[in-house]
Amino acid sequence: MLAFVLRRLAQSVAVLLTVGVVAFFMFRYVGDPINAMVGQDTSLQERDELRQKLGLNDPAPIQFLRFIGNAAQGKFGLSYRTSEPVGRMILERMPATLELSFCAAMFSLLVGVPMGVYTGLYPRHWSSKLLQAVSLIGVSLPTFLVGILLILVFAVFLRLLPSFGRGETVDIGWWSTNFLTTKGLLALIMPSITLGLFQLTLIMRLVRSEMLEVMRTDFIKFARARGLSNRAINFGHALKNTLVPVITIAGLQLGAIIAFAVVTETVFAWPGMGQLFIQSVQFADIPVMAAYLMLIAFLFVVINVIVDLLYFLVDPRLRSQGGAARVSGH
Amino acid sequence: MDWYRRAIDSDIWWSFKSSTTTVVAASVTLFIFAMAFLAPILAPHTPFDPATLSLSDGLRPPVLFSPEGDWSFPLGTDDQGRDVLSAIMYGTRLSLEVGFAAVIAAMLIGITLGLISGYVGGAIDAVIMRVADVQLTFPAILVALLIDGMVRGIISVKRHDEIAIYVVVGAIGLSFWVQYARTVRSSVMVEKNKEYVQAARVIGLSPMLIMVRHVLPNVTGPVMVIATINLGLAIITEATLSFLGVGLPSTEPSLGTLIRLGNDMLQSGDWWVSLFPGVTLAVLVLAVNLLGDWLRDALNPKLR
Repeated sequence: MLAFVLRRLAQSVAVLLTVGVVAFFMFRYVGDPINAMVGQDTSLQERDELRQKLGLNDPAPIQFLRFIGNAAQGKFGLSYRTSEPVGRMILERMPATLELSFCAAMFSLLVGVPMGVYTGLYPRHWSSKLLQAVSLIGVSLPTFLVGILLILVFAVFLRLLPSFGRGETVDIGWWSTNFLTTKGLLALIMPSITLGLFQLTLIMRLVRSEMLEVMRTDFIKFARARGLSNRAINFGHALKNTLVPVITIAGLQLGAIIAFAVVTETVFAWPGMGQLFIQSVQFADIPVMAAYLMLIAFLFVVINVIVDLLYFLVDPRLRSQGGAARVSGH
Repeated sequence: MDWYRRAIDSDIWWSFKSSTTTVVAASVTLFIFAMAFLAPILAPHTPFDPATLSLSDGLRPPVLFSPEGDWSFPLGTDDQGRDVLSAIMYGTRLSLEVGFAAVIAAMLIGITLGLISGYVGGAIDAVIMRVADVQLTFPAILVALLIDGMVRGIISVKRHDEIAIYVVVGAIGLSFWVQYARTVRSSVMVEKNKEYVQAARVIGLSPMLIMVRHVLPNVTGPVMVIATINLGLAIITEATLSFLGVGLPSTEPSLGTLIRLGNDMLQSGDWWVSLFPGVTLAVLVLAVNLLGDWLRDALNPKLR
């Protein structure tokens, strides 16, 4: 197990370093950092002095090490667009994105798994077939279109839910939360559904096909022969055996949710990291883009490692093998 | 008429005919393609010629939903008095062009790198495949956004609008190449040890010629399947980029741009400006995806 964890950590560091190189090249060579910092009337000599002071004349590897060292401390320089420290800009907007992603992930799991179990247990019932057809449409709908349709129905026609912003938030230290006010909770509903819908259909289809597979196996027949209740068979035996692929996909999709928050946040004017990223793409604000890229890479790597470790909790076979085999690639 | 009889007799035609969903999907796809590519002939108005627009026609609702509608604007107009139906026809055309071009770009990049990776092997293979692994960690839309942002950093924002369509095609192409490279590489690794390749090498053909003329034809099947499935994804990615305001500019709107422009009018209840392009996009992608699924199953020898 230890060897497995160490190997995974080494791979993660390799991925982070590669992304770090890309981010460094963007930061250093796309556009000129000096131009963005000084005014039009700065003389060439002053520019050169500043360049020397900031270490922009040092050899590239040394600059790269300094960049990575600063990034590890959360220092990503100043934004070209607002001249604020990039680290603080991202930190301010992080709670909004993380709360939205958390709600979307919960929505897709808490609705997707039961729907998958149901359609897997009764595949021939008309309601299962209806759910299957609806899920196919769900996969084809682009995220932003789902958001627009929801706004049209629930905000414009029915006037039930707010269509933009976070509503009221409460600050706990530096973290501002939506969960403590009614308006904040109402504002979360539509963005979470929009963001979670694609994942919901994916999880539902996955659980369904895994359930169909497991229900055909011999150990389910034996469980029935032993006279166990349907409930114990469906959930204790069948569902438990579908968990490994579900955890893999759900975990990897958590990363996708945080990335797709970019789209949802734009539709609902949600003041999170994704909106910041889109603005930085529009204005070619390279330091913010580089920092966002590193942060997302870090989140993805952490999620992947956690998913791998969860296998050990769920699958007893892995524990006995000492973790030599991976359950499934991706 | 020999090819005709052979086509009618083939397995693929039989599997096509026997699936109602596929026939419907194919008809819908054909209809949308025809509508888009014949737009200059069929469209009732020329929506992006300011001379033909009249502000007094602005924000007219669709005919079937309101008595204020006008039959010369069956799906209503936007705030500039542009006919929504004509805008959709031209927009679909742009969306399809970008989608096809992006898939072809991804194919070219992916096949080239896959061939090199599989045939040459060694350090080059390792580098290409590690880059592919890292890129696969991120969703395609993020990669496309990053590339778009970097291009904006290199050239000025104003010039960016002029070449926006090429930037979008390039960004989507570069974010979808990995799948092709992986498929081609694994096929090449199998093929390159077969006797016909060894024979070609013995008679002194250059590696380039062997790859393109002898190895490549053996991997076209899976590549075509990926391309069909990717077309829907490429169209969605382009629409998303345009919706976010970093894709095609509003002077040359694709379906995604139309939805973004209409979205501003949504709050005041003028729903038709964004909803109809949205429905067109959804139907197009659904039909293309259904065709892709069918092609994958039809060409998969394991399922036959």
